[in-house]
Amino acid sequence: MPQVTLTVNGKAASVEVEGRTLLVEVLRDKLGLTGTHVGCDTSQCGACVVHVDGKAIKSCTTLAWQVDGSTVTTIEGLAAADGTLHPMQEAFREYHALQCGFCTPGMVMSAIDLVTTHPDGLTEQQIRDGLEGNICRCTGYHNIVKAIAAAWPVMHGRGTLAAAAE
Amino acid sequence: MYDFAFSKPTNVADAVKLLGDPDAKPISGGQTLIPVLKQRLNKPTTVVDLTKLGLSGITVTATTVTIGATTTHVTVATSADVAKAIPALAHLASHIGDRAVRYRGTIGGSLANNDPTADYPSAALALGATIKTDRRSIAADDYFQGMFTTALEPGEIITAVEFPIPEKAAYVKFPNPASRYAMVGVFVAKGPKGVRVAVTGAGQNGVFRHTAFETALAANFSAGALAGLATPADGMNADIHGSAAYRAHLVDVIAKRAVAAAG
Ligand SMILES: Cc1cc2nc3c(=O)[nH]c(=O)nc-3n(C[C@H](O)[C@H](O)[C@H](O)COP(=O)(O)OP(=O)(O)OC[C@H]3O[C@@H](n4cnc5c(N)ncnc54)[C@H](O)[C@@H]3O)c2cc1C
Ligand code: FES
Ligand code: FES
Repeated sequence: MPQVTLTVNGKAASVEVEGRTLLVEVLRDKLGLTGTHVGCDTSQCGACVVHVDGKAIKSCTTLAWQVDGSTVTTIEGLAAADGTLHPMQEAFREYHALQCGFCTPGMVMSAIDLVTTHPDGLTEQQIRDGLEGNICRCTGYHNIVKAIAAAWPVMHGRGTLAAAAE
Repeated sequence: MYDFAFSKPTNVADAVKLLGDPDAKPISGGQTLIPVLKQRLNKPTTVVDLTKLGLSGITVTATTVTIGATTTHVTVATSADVAKAIPALAHLASHIGDRAVRYRGTIGGSLANNDPTADYPSAALALGATIKTDRRSIAADDYFQGMFTTALEPGEIITAVEFPIPEKAAYVKFPNPASRYAMVGVFVAKGPKGVRVAVTGAGQNGVFRHTAFETALAANFSAGALAGLATPADGMNADIHGSAAYRAHLVDVIAKRAVAAAG
């Protein structure tokens, strides 16, 4: 069977794949990284979003062999070795940006990409537009939008995480 | 998904040879093909990757913008050159699907697929683009042949799309709130090929030119020139998202907005 080699969360991984094997199947079934979720069959929900070479893409709509040789970051790869959360994860916690948590891994990965690609500022409308590919059934999005806005200055070294208003 | 073999050729000639097999299918971004394969609506024996053929990139001259087939939507959306030469095209690309789709989806894949609700076909038709393939050049007017149908022969690969730079142009889309595909999208252009208006999302046969609007706008390029010109509901798409009459009305409204946006 064909081999695909990836660097996942900093570690090299070489796996056997079929032509039809999706990136999300490699992550969940072969590497045991079940933080990346599958929420739909139609490429619309975004629960499966991971970073491939720094870009937030849908791992359910990517064949493993298409990204052979790439560097992949999943939700498991965000926190520091000592358990310190990534600023976006911390913001989601502080702002109560999740309820059931199913959409959260994809939301966080998309949110990080959105913040990174907007170094000059990020408006509420840009955040809402930027989340078009991530569906949440629980939160109504408001707290997710607030968390992303709060993470922006932290990620760009322009401030600390403001406490959420009670 | 049924299983298949895959191949990653590194030049167009090899890809064309591989696609000579009638059961082989090209893949670019996979943002349409993979969902189709998941639904088992297609059963290729070999999937041929087109992204290693060197067909990605944007070239701008004084009169044209040429976009390589495997150029992603995000590349077009964020290109300063495209934003300067044909801002409407960059705007269109920045509104395709969502960010994750735009990172992988390509202009060649979009035009090859010719989804009746896709965005790029309207730009190609309104701007009078030329579709370049491994074997010929096809004028947009001859290229789109009904929904999911194009002039491409089996195994023919789109290599690039050449857009003449218009004097002015605008694209306005009324997106389906769930999928972001166009319920109705109107691309208006005034350029070397005259005034051209292309409508996507609305027609049963896919993208079409709105000749009544073109005639009115050629005489007077203003939203007011379209007042009183009601698009007939005949031939409009009807589904759970909207009736034919609703879409016909949207065409009128969105076209006026597009003309106003073009200025
Ligand atoms: C959730 C979601 C939302 C979307 N929303 C929109 C939207 O709002 N507007 C819109 O326009 N599109 C939308 N799309 C579609 C998206 O733009 C696709 O990327 C695009 O239609 C196909 O491009 P691709 O590179 O992914 O093609 P692929 O999926 O790789 O291929 C599509 C088809 O074209 C063929 N093909 C690919 N490249 C070539 C080539 N160079 N020459 C010949 N044949 C080729 C393939 O064999 C296949 O049949 C959406 C997709 C998703 C998943
Ligand atoms: S699982 Fe829903 S978009 Fe990937
Ligand atoms: S928190 Fe439950 S789907 Fe988003």
